[in-house]
Amino acid sequence: MFSGPLTFAGLGPHFPILQVVIPLIAAPLAVFIGVTSIAFLLAFAASIASLIISYSLLMQVIDGSIISYHIGGWAPPWGIEYRVDAANAFVLLIISAISTVVLPYAKTSIEREIRASAHTLFYACYLLCFTGLLGMVITGDAFNVFVFLEISSLSTYVLVALGAERDKRALTAAFNYLIMGTIGATFFVIGLGLLYMMTGTLNMADLGERLPALSDNRTVQTAFGFIVVGMGLKLAIYPLHLWLPNAYTYAPSAVTAFLAATATKAAIYVLMRFMFSVFAPDFTAATGALNLIILPFAVIAMFAASIIAVFQADLKKTLAYSSIAQIGYMLLGIGYFSHSGITATMIHLFNHAVTKAALFMAVGAIIYQTGTSFIPKLAGLGKQMPWTSAAIVASGLSLIGIPGTAGFISKWVLINGAFEKGWWWMAMLIVASSLIAVIYVWQVVETLYLKKPVGDVVVKEAPLSLLIPTWILVFASIYFGLDTELTLSSARAAADALLGAAPLAAGAGS
Amino acid sequence: MADGFPVAFLFFAGAALLCILPKGNARALLLLAIPVIAGYIIWLLPEGNLWSTSIFELNLELMRVDRLSRIFALVFALAAFLGNLYAWHMRDMVQQVGTLLYAGSAIGAVFAGDLVTLFLYWEGTAIASVFLIWARRTEGAYHTGMRYLIVQIGSGVLLLAGTVLLWRETGSLVFESMTLGSLATWLIFIAFGIKCAFPLLHNWLQDAYPAATITGTVILSAFTTKLAVYALARGFAGTELLIYIGAVMALFPIFYAVIENDLRRVLVYSLNNQLGFMVVGIGVGTELALNGTVTHAFVHILYKALLLMSIGAVMFRTGTAKCSELGGLYKTMPLTMIFCVVGAASISAFPLFSGFVSKSLILSASVDEGYYIVWAMLLFASAGALLYSGIKIPYFAFFAQDSGLRPKEAPWNMLLAMGIAAFLSIAIGVYPAPLYAMLPYELDYVLYTTPHVVTQLQLLFFSALAFTVLQRTGIYPQGLRSINLDTDWTYRRLLPKIISAVGKPAARLWDAIVQFSLRRINNIISGLYRTHGPEGPIAKAWPTGSMVLWIAILLAATLLVSFIDLM
Repeated sequence: MFSGPLTFAGLGPHFPILQVVIPLIAAPLAVFIGVTSIAFLLAFAASIASLIISYSLLMQVIDGSIISYHIGGWAPPWGIEYRVDAANAFVLLIISAISTVVLPYAKTSIEREIRASAHTLFYACYLLCFTGLLGMVITGDAFNVFVFLEISSLSTYVLVALGAERDKRALTAAFNYLIMGTIGATFFVIGLGLLYMMTGTLNMADLGERLPALSDNRTVQTAFGFIVVGMGLKLAIYPLHLWLPNAYTYAPSAVTAFLAATATKAAIYVLMRFMFSVFAPDFTAATGALNLIILPFAVIAMFAASIIAVFQADLKKTLAYSSIAQIGYMLLGIGYFSHSGITATMIHLFNHAVTKAALFMAVGAIIYQTGTSFIPKLAGLGKQMPWTSAAIVASGLSLIGIPGTAGFISKWVLINGAFEKGWWWMAMLIVASSLIAVIYVWQVVETLYLKKPVGDVVVKEAPLSLLIPTWILVFASIYFGLDTELTLSSARAAADALLGAAPLAAGAGS
Repeated sequence: MADGFPVAFLFFAGAALLCILPKGNARALLLLAIPVIAGYIIWLLPEGNLWSTSIFELNLELMRVDRLSRIFALVFALAAFLGNLYAWHMRDMVQQVGTLLYAGSAIGAVFAGDLVTLFLYWEGTAIASVFLIWARRTEGAYHTGMRYLIVQIGSGVLLLAGTVLLWRETGSLVFESMTLGSLATWLIFIAFGIKCAFPLLHNWLQDAYPAATITGTVILSAFTTKLAVYALARGFAGTELLIYIGAVMALFPIFYAVIENDLRRVLVYSLNNQLGFMVVGIGVGTELALNGTVTHAFVHILYKALLLMSIGAVMFRTGTAKCSELGGLYKTMPLTMIFCVVGAASISAFPLFSGFVSKSLILSASVDEGYYIVWAMLLFASAGALLYSGIKIPYFAFFAQDSGLRPKEAPWNMLLAMGIAAFLSIAIGVYPAPLYAMLPYELDYVLYTTPHVVTQLQLLFFSALAFTVLQRTGIYPQGLRSINLDTDWTYRRLLPKIISAVGKPAARLWDAIVQFSLRRINNIISGLYRTHGPEGPIAKAWPTGSMVLWIAILLAATLLVSFIDLM
């Protein structure tokens, strides 16, 4: 029914569903219209709308309130509920903000990396992936998480495979990711099945109410194991990271930037939601999974992945391994099992998303101009591509965690959390692993600025359409190192929401 | 808010702008404009904490304006202006950007109201300034710069460590007067001491400054050490230890300066000696003494820059600053010669020149507080200053035996920069009231009394006499090509020598240990490479099977810990 122009205020209560539906509808439209430029505009508009919605959602819930949206008016636990609190609103903001910056970049970037006939399909897949990530974060229904997880995963496989235009190995990478990702998703859904079997409900808040009574139940414990391992695969917890390096390396640049900044972050959020809201925090602590699985592998990731990164010859792969190490820091925050630990994880989600996206986009600009990210071939680019190189240096500093950058804030909060627990040795491990990051960042800086160019090929600076989005994120990675008002308060509110009062107690009194 | 916008950012913005301006005069103009604008802003700033921000629970005060910080910031802006004017002809972007960042960091540090901000700018000065040394682009300059950087960063690290400890002790980060006693304050004290070139911590100064470019040395001489003086005056005024440190600082460089052949190195030794005066003033810590220190820092920046600029001009035209190769230049570089003499007269504290204005204050203050021995040492140091910089510098460069060199007069921009510095040096000497009015404390001091002037003149004439006699009788060390050893010889040469001279067995053992550890390190690295390198098992990413295995292992482990812990 046509009901005239909808006012902003009229839409307000429906923001939670619009957050997901707008990109979901835009995706098929992009294919049907079939014109690349319109498809781009559509995707971009959808992304901007999502950003506005997620920002306004976050502002509504940052004080600790919760928005519960009932799809189709069916009340939970029977109907599907979208449930927004500070924790997932913050992640929604990260995803939609990164997407909004990456999309204009993608428009130029894919021109040289994906054949023209596939461009509309690219936008469609991108939007689907975007929808899936937003959906798995915003939903309050456990099975719905699985559905959206699959939406984002399936589209991701296609996006990675689109990199075959530049490097055929993208196909193998996508195939491997498909197999491994499917195993992960299967584990996750097995876990959900076990929970459903024991409780008869799939609403997360409802599960959170019923599970404490069943905490001694073997089936519930098994479900916990399956869910942690399944989600652990999607977020690339250390020994389950094998899909990530190749997928990131051979995917098109824009895809890598988007995925590295958002996909693992959404999975980490889901893991935390299950650990602390669905299963009670006490239950999670009692399983020993935090101390015996998450913590040790987080520390191993911080070191092993960083060392691997040092030895890589492909810059994209270096950064991919660095991502695995950074995920180690996020898991470390979870492993602290304290308010400041979760705060550290949440703030690192944000800061790392910004930093790593900036880095991958700068590398993408190099690939755009030179066709390669093989480190020895980047020698002397500092003079030829000054802005791109400067972007790598600036965001590289943030990756290391130099004071004055966003990365420093994350490490600071993380180290403070360690001290709070009296784990001074952990603080030393964090600093020591950061030093390895210095090595691999410095290698790149040295190659860019201090080595003589190989051959006498003249390389031009990347076009502004690549540089501007990159630098927006570079500035963000510096800005959020100086002004921590938004990030820190949001991360704290998110930690409150995850660890705080019992899931339903703060609800609308239902 | 707009009133208290951190002035340092103006310099940083200028440095960024510089990169996109076309080469040439536009950049040089920008380099001149920024210190002028900054100086104007600083002049008009109201007092108080103007720009607060907080990162986490740390309250940072970026703009603490009071009389002490204002006068230092002003003279830094002035020095940046003179240095940039002097370097007008220079087209090296590295040095230009470095200068702006350096000056901006120094001014930022002066306005820092808390130790964290101070630390950030402290390191900023270190990193920005090293490029002025590296800009010479020689192998030697690279290594010198590296040594300099290590020392400077080391100072910053000590400062940070002290800050953290202090924060844990007191819960406050405010940068205010401290008393030595705890480890925290000692660390901060030593951090300041390194930058201030305390005796035995001073070697970086003589090592690095003469190694910089011609314009670089002028810039370097103004900021780093005076920033340390400011920090000491703010943090450790009235610490008695400083009096003795300062007295030694004022004395020992004299002997080196007298025998040194390179005139730029002579000036750097003299820089060290002048810093001694300031440190004594801080140690005495009375209002008069602190006023004296601040005045001395102010005029010192001017006349030291003036002297370095004149020697730099000579070097610019002749390519050398060695006594043994210069002489007789007054014939073709008369203006430079005059400016140099003005600088020499100022540093020697001739009445009516700026040095007199400030040294008198410090000397009077030390007498007032009863430090007669220190007073005598400072008097001796003044006489020494006359000997080696007041007379030696102009004499060997412009007079002495005619070297036969007939260089052109210095370029106009150098002359203008020197002219302004010379004018200010005389103006302050003749009419110090405006400068005195800007000092941190009320000053009720009559400068030109008969005893002051007569004492000073006696001193000057007797040391001039001494120089003449020594010169005539041939005792005064002629400018010789030589390398003079300073205490850094102990750790750069002596220590390794001792180690290798302990005997062949020890040496062989040492070799074996070195070999062994090198081999171990190499083994570790190659081991890491074998496992973590692109071909290593840990970095392999293709096999899907291994992934599935890992999933199984991890699931089993998770289930196991879940089950066991609950039982």
